[in-house]
Amino acid sequence: MSSSETGTGAGTATPTAGSTRQVPVKELDHVVVRFAGDSGDGMQLAGTQLTNTSAAVGNDISTLPDFPAEIRAPAGSLAGVSGFQLNFSERMVHTPGDGCDVLVAMNPAALKTNIADLAEGGTVIVNVDAFTKNNLQKAGCDENPLEDGSLSKYAVYKVQIEKLITEATKDTGLGNKAILRTKNFFALGLVYWLYDRPLDTTEGWISTKFAKVPAVAEANLRALRAGFYYGETTEAFQTRYRVNRAVIPPGRYCKLTGNEAVAMGMITAAKLAKKTLFYGSYPITPASDILHELSKHANYDVKTFQAEDEIAAVTSALGAAFAGEFASTGTSGPGVALKGEALGLAVMTELPMVIVNVQRGGPSTGLPTKTEQADLMQAVYGRNGECPIPVIAAATPGDCFWMAIEAFRIAAKYMTPVMFLTDGYLANGAEPWRLPEMSELPDLTVNHPQANGKEFLPYDRDEVNARPWAVPGTKGLEHRIGGLEKANLTGNVSYDPENHESMVRLRAAKVDGIAKDVPPVEIHGDVDADLLVLGWGSTYGAIVSAVDQVRETGKKVASAHIKYLHPFPSNLGDVLRSFKRVVIPEMNMGQLLVMIRSRYLIDAIGFNKIQGKPFRIQEVVDKIEELLEG
Amino acid sequence: MSVDVAVEQLTAKDFASDQDIRWCPGCGDYAILAQVKKVLPELGIPREKIVFVSGIGCSSRFPYYVESYGFHSIHGRALAVATGVKAARPDLNVWVVTGDGDGLSIGGNHLLHAIRRNVDINVLLFNNRIYGLTKGQYSPTSELGKKTKSTPAGSIDFPLHPLSVALAAEATFVARSHDVNIKHLGEVLKRAAAHKGTSFVEIYQNCNIFNDKAFEYATGKDTKADATLILEHGKPLLFGADKKKGIRLNGLNPEVVTLGDGIKEDDLLFHDERAHEPTLAHMLARLYHPEFPEPIGVFRAVEKPTYEEMLDQQVKAAKEAKGVGEIAALFERGDVWTVD
Repeated sequence: MSSSETGTGAGTATPTAGSTRQVPVKELDHVVVRFAGDSGDGMQLAGTQLTNTSAAVGNDISTLPDFPAEIRAPAGSLAGVSGFQLNFSERMVHTPGDGCDVLVAMNPAALKTNIADLAEGGTVIVNVDAFTKNNLQKAGCDENPLEDGSLSKYAVYKVQIEKLITEATKDTGLGNKAILRTKNFFALGLVYWLYDRPLDTTEGWISTKFAKVPAVAEANLRALRAGFYYGETTEAFQTRYRVNRAVIPPGRYCKLTGNEAVAMGMITAAKLAKKTLFYGSYPITPASDILHELSKHANYDVKTFQAEDEIAAVTSALGAAFAGEFASTGTSGPGVALKGEALGLAVMTELPMVIVNVQRGGPSTGLPTKTEQADLMQAVYGRNGECPIPVIAAATPGDCFWMAIEAFRIAAKYMTPVMFLTDGYLANGAEPWRLPEMSELPDLTVNHPQANGKEFLPYDRDEVNARPWAVPGTKGLEHRIGGLEKANLTGNVSYDPENHESMVRLRAAKVDGIAKDVPPVEIHGDVDADLLVLGWGSTYGAIVSAVDQVRETGKKVASAHIKYLHPFPSNLGDVLRSFKRVVIPEMNMGQLLVMIRSRYLIDAIGFNKIQGKPFRIQEVVDKIEELLEG
Repeated sequence: MSVDVAVEQLTAKDFASDQDIRWCPGCGDYAILAQVKKVLPELGIPREKIVFVSGIGCSSRFPYYVESYGFHSIHGRALAVATGVKAARPDLNVWVVTGDGDGLSIGGNHLLHAIRRNVDINVLLFNNRIYGLTKGQYSPTSELGKKTKSTPAGSIDFPLHPLSVALAAEATFVARSHDVNIKHLGEVLKRAAAHKGTSFVEIYQNCNIFNDKAFEYATGKDTKADATLILEHGKPLLFGADKKKGIRLNGLNPEVVTLGDGIKEDDLLFHDERAHEPTLAHMLARLYHPEFPEPIGVFRAVEKPTYEEMLDQQVKAAKEAKGVGEIAALFERGDVWTVD
């Protein structure tokens, strides 16, 4: 735990309104809270509420839900544990935190699976009513961890949550089962008291959400308040904590997950181009939320199509692109595997389309709910024939918005499919997102050709080698395209050997030319350092945090982040060669590593983690220090 | 769709592209292409509004030969591409040309789903009961025991029946015709084009190289009268050179009867293409040569909302309920806070 206690002590602390007991308040610069329980215990909801409240009080935040692949594994089992971690801070944060400072565990399984991540001296709040013989057995505990001394390193609060909520809600008319469902709000209320957070955001949410079932609203409100007052009235808690507002660039903010940001970015892009957004998709974890989010926005001229399979998802999108709209499809790695042939067709027909791959652990079904970066080579190379597709990747949840727009910009300008990589960590993680001003958004106007009396050449090219996007309905530009090799200019079927080579080279040159049209790679940290940490995708937060942390100790190190994986930005080679050593942390076996080594002949070092989990900051710090010492 | 400009009068010639046609001489596809080019000008739809989509196979070369917008896609996926075209642009007139391999084998799934969604597209399935482009392997419609390059001992796959598949997917328009019966084919194509929703047309097509005379019974001068039955809405199921034979229901089973000897026309089954229940169409689709004459014509033509119509309706309803979405409003997701 790195929370520095800048404690001002009881004397200067202002008690929260309504609080009667004088409890000293200590100030911390950040706190990481993890809620853990059965997947039916409402832990995601409690975490989301704490997130919203923390954002509302002005903290910088970063979150990570962690749920099991099984929707409802047996209650009380280790497999069924669902968690949600939130880092709220008075400084800018880039990750949800390595471990946690506070663990709220609703049962023995939740305690057992999460305790290893709790910082020494950290706080454990347990629902002691769930520590029954039966539940202990399901969690595989021979001894009750609350009694065997194994938690002696932590401050443990054993709270009879079930008993207390039953008491607090007894005249709401709800049955026992419904009452027990409010226990997440009790835990949340207690955390609110402990960290000096107001209840109003969550109270407002409960009242709106359960407006139609007043008894449920009432029970949840009572559970929330009971948790809050429990902290205040019981003598068990002798200290409260406060995390002050962060210094965040001015603006208006909302909380956005990566998947929501992808959807928002795609809608924005289509609106900027004055086009319908067509999204063909087949449900797949962890990409489905993009489909859900988009389907809520039909009034933005969004047409979502839940296809019969991954292939129909991509080919319907290609049909929509041919018809002249902004077309996209979203999936995860297994889906991209199925879409491969159609991506080749998109390359051959040179139609604009965006393919989102929310990467997850592979191969095969792999780890559907866990994150990984192992589809990079699939994205860059994974098709038959010479089949270049621009590949870009988002660095943070909020960046997913901007990269989605960028994907469409490139697709439409260069008449090409664009592969846009995110991953499970970005998709479900959330951070505050500054609402952009209209002036910050690019111009995406598309010029479709009209007949001009001259012969129409569907495979003629403009200054960036893009062919014209002539759409059906345009008189005089009737033409045929397809997957067979195209004759240069006319687009007619051609088996001519010279033409084939020249078309292969043309398609490659077109995509390579995009390098001149993307921002250069920037160096973060010490430009004169010996060591560069090179990252791509969701490792951004851990890398930047680690580099900053090492630099605070007086050592020199730099980092760079690649958002354009194919083609690489044109200055990348120079950047890499300006450092003695380059280390590449990746959640895979070293895929960017191979690409960098082969392209630039640089003896880069791999640092790989393939556990379905993002890098911890400390892991990257340790690696940097090892290399700096070595 | 209303067209407020006068549509210029086009002819079949206007729909001929400048591409050399590369089907084998004698292929049934030529006759089908000729009929399609003849029917298109009669639809009153501007050429630029017409889109032909295909997959892979001999039949799928079709779009190259029609002077309109065309998309020769990948194996089996024409229906999905066409669904995207029509969903994005309901104003376009969309045709899909596929075959028994493309449409029923590798693309079988898309066929089912396009049909059940009732996307307003016209699907022409050229059935020649063989893989021609790959030079002669058996197809999903090849008969049991068929000897081909990949089944030297005879196929042990039971065949699929295209119309039964379409009907099972709740097709709103199902028809069958022949490549050589050009008048009948032209009429069926016109009906298919006029139908709102997925029109599924099976066309018996002769592959004179790899499966010659597969439909000789249905097209041969001497045999066709007894081997086929021309469906007409509201009319009794009659066939034979002198229309003296008919189909009668015996319990739940159809049987062939000859008129006379107390059997009158009124005893026969009457065709009803508009029947709400597809029971009759299903039964007709299961009349196979040589036990029965094989019906040609429209088996079923019923109305149902189309996919793109309902999709557009949802967009319209959302706009009415929430207002036309603008970017600035998109960002206002609730729970927005200000940092000064």
